[in-house]
Amino acid sequence: MPKSLTPRLAQLKDEIEGHARSFGLDYFETVFELLGYDELNMVASYGGFPNRYPHWRWGMEYEQLSKGYEYGLSKIYELVINNDPCYAYLLESNAEVDQKLVMAHVYGHCDFFKNNFYFQHTNRRMMDEMANHATRVRRWVDKVGIEKVEDFIDRALSLENLIDYHSPYIRRSPDPKRAEQEEQSNERVEGFRVDREYMRGYVNPTEFLESQRKKVEDEKAKKKHFPERPQRDVLLFLLEHAPLEPWEFDVLAILREEAYYFAPQGQTKIMNEGWASYWHSTIMTRKALTADEIIDYADHHSGTLGTRPGALNPYKLGIELYRDIEERWNKGRFGKEWDECDDLKARRAWDKNLGLGREKIFEVRKHYNDVTFIDTFLTPEFAMEQKLFVYGFNEKRNSWEILDREFRKVKNKLLSQLTNFGQPIIEVVDGNFENRGELLLAHKHDGQDLKADYSRETLRNLQTVWRRPCNLVTKVEGKGVCLRFDGQNQTEKKVEL
Amino acid sequence: MSLKIHQDHSRFKQIVRGKIKANLRRYVQKGEMLGKKGKDTISIPIPFIDIPHFKYGHKEQGGVGQGEGDIGQQLSPGSVQPGDGHKAGQGEGDHALEVDVSLDELASILGEELQLPNIERKGKEQVVAQKIKYTGVHTTGPESLRHFKRTFKQALRRQIALGTYDPKMPIIIPTREDRRYRSYRLQSLPETNAVIIYMMDVSGSMGDEQKEIVRIESFWLDTWLRHQYKGVACRYIIHDAVAREVDRETFFHTRESGGTMISSAYKLCRDIIRADYPPGSWNIYPFHFSDGDNWSADDTRHCIDMLRTDILPAVNQFAYGQVESPYGSGQFIKDLRETVGDSENVALSEIADKDAIYQSIRDFLGKGR
Repeated sequence: MPKSLTPRLAQLKDEIEGHARSFGLDYFETVFELLGYDELNMVASYGGFPNRYPHWRWGMEYEQLSKGYEYGLSKIYELVINNDPCYAYLLESNAEVDQKLVMAHVYGHCDFFKNNFYFQHTNRRMMDEMANHATRVRRWVDKVGIEKVEDFIDRALSLENLIDYHSPYIRRSPDPKRAEQEEQSNERVEGFRVDREYMRGYVNPTEFLESQRKKVEDEKAKKKHFPERPQRDVLLFLLEHAPLEPWEFDVLAILREEAYYFAPQGQTKIMNEGWASYWHSTIMTRKALTADEIIDYADHHSGTLGTRPGALNPYKLGIELYRDIEERWNKGRFGKEWDECDDLKARRAWDKNLGLGREKIFEVRKHYNDVTFIDTFLTPEFAMEQKLFVYGFNEKRNSWEILDREFRKVKNKLLSQLTNFGQPIIEVVDGNFENRGELLLAHKHDGQDLKADYSRETLRNLQTVWRRPCNLVTKVEGKGVCLRFDGQNQTEKKVEL
Repeated sequence: MSLKIHQDHSRFKQIVRGKIKANLRRYVQKGEMLGKKGKDTISIPIPFIDIPHFKYGHKEQGGVGQGEGDIGQQLSPGSVQPGDGHKAGQGEGDHALEVDVSLDELASILGEELQLPNIERKGKEQVVAQKIKYTGVHTTGPESLRHFKRTFKQALRRQIALGTYDPKMPIIIPTREDRRYRSYRLQSLPETNAVIIYMMDVSGSMGDEQKEIVRIESFWLDTWLRHQYKGVACRYIIHDAVAREVDRETFFHTRESGGTMISSAYKLCRDIIRADYPPGSWNIYPFHFSDGDNWSADDTRHCIDMLRTDILPAVNQFAYGQVESPYGSGQFIKDLRETVGDSENVALSEIADKDAIYQSIRDFLGKGR
């Protein structure tokens, strides 16, 4: 069970918190608790929460984490939950310097949770909410059985990423063009042309006009799309329109809510980790470190920020970008004058002593997410300094290799990896496809094909939720393809796009 | 202390085991998991533990990395972590769909799945080895076991104590009393040694597919027998019209051509057993794979004689697997069945295709011998 801090750690916490506050960090009240490694692994497996609904995939996480820990491959230092108050867990057996580092890091996260725009809509009572979800699911398990519930969760998880990551921040309005069209098509039914007024009753008898009117209306009803506009929140669409049992509805709603809760953490991974690393580094090196702790601190800090060629370390990229921004705004390296300066020497010596850096990064952590962060602040100099490159798979040599170091390409690749979490954008286009109650999804193809076997399996899972045949239109090698699963058979046919 | 997650954990393990069981046939078929990694772990992909999503194919995707290197330079395998950008929640990136299972675990899973009995070893008491273990140092002993370092240490100690040691002239002369000898104790160890003698027909009619079957099947046999015995020796014999002993690599990759004289292999097998593996102290497992197309009825008769008189009395079990090939007549297994099929320690199996490996393993190992 979680233990509260020892007196010594509580003292350290007060010290670190004092530093954090004096640097201007603004956070929810933060509660630290101590856990043994297996408990910490458990909480980490539960996505940071002490209580989740029963599902084998937590067990899978746990297996990996605990094996990693036992073999000395990996170790979780810290966990922090976006909640008010923030809960953070420390590993009981950590050395004091590690605890200090972690605390400083945690205050960075807490500040980010509280202030970053993308977290504004998240439930700050998620700790309780998660426990409620767990209870609800357990109750359903008692009623309908673990097998059924788990199977359903498995299938629903397959669709978990089909939510509209931006919907908390914008309102998608009905399409104005369509409304106009409808307006226009609202003509009266006039029947055949009548030259002689006295013939009207014969040429266009009332019954005929009636039937014509009905026909037009039917046409219109048919034309009326369902959903009216393509909908990215596939889970919501299913909740509203799929023939779900009450328990299925509830479970799906829970999964959707949790997916939305976690979404901002994915959208701001680089920023969030970068911010926390920036602050642990600043607090530790400027304030909290004692002389005998420096080596251990340096060791662990560099471990956190280490890079490998094939994987981008969000901690590293984040902290370096913040530092770069800070330096640029300190020295006034921004704006028209800076952009237009071609003189390399002048640029190198550029320093207007503005001292705006700290202020700027606080502003950045408030308004940006990873995509806009990279888009706005990644400069060619930075990319070069950090030795960023694009890699790809070489079929001939059957290996991954460095493809390019050109700034544009690096940036575009990075952005495309981050956009929509690097996941394909898939929308519900028609909930009554072919007027047969089938579901039609469309993949907005942006140059990359979907993983075919995964798509087929996902479609299969979708079908079990929708219960009618499901279709997915995508492109394979440049050609339009419609994948279909009707509950029995997988089919594929070419379509014109 | 019991944690809440243990329920999920054991459920996951059950599923994994279940998955492995359900897919065992598939793995065996495809031969996709036969790489030994590291010391004795093997990674088994478990396809459905990763819940499928709509996602991009990795290879097209690539990504952004950081570090030194020229354009075109290869990234070391394993360093590339193809992720879906970010994953919500923990954001740990994409997990590889692998659960590490040690060979030992794998073997128990195999045993459980195929309901293999544990092997009854040959009389444990008989199979005893004496092992010399050096346990300490004595003041007496044969000169050949004199402990040089300890002897000189002792002499140095004595000289210092007597005051005859001169650091400027560090000459040390051990006397009789200084000498130290290693002392040993004889330990009787019940030993269960096993040897697998693989024999394969590599005549022209054995194609790559047939060999693949043999390879996969021997992997599983190997895994099981290693699970049952501490030390397992392996010998490899290939034969067409003549037999020769080869190393593992050659065994699985040679393609010879020409006729088939199975007796040549059996003869070699018999000689190996005679020379190196006294049946009293070894558990012997010859496995022979062929397409069953022997040169002549005479040779077959010769084989059977040899089996009866020399091989069968010596071995735990003689196994013959006949791989179906488009060329072979498949007569050999029929002959064996008629003549030695009744013997307790003969296992015969026909392997039609990769699917049949599963059954064949059961045929071979199901007797628990």
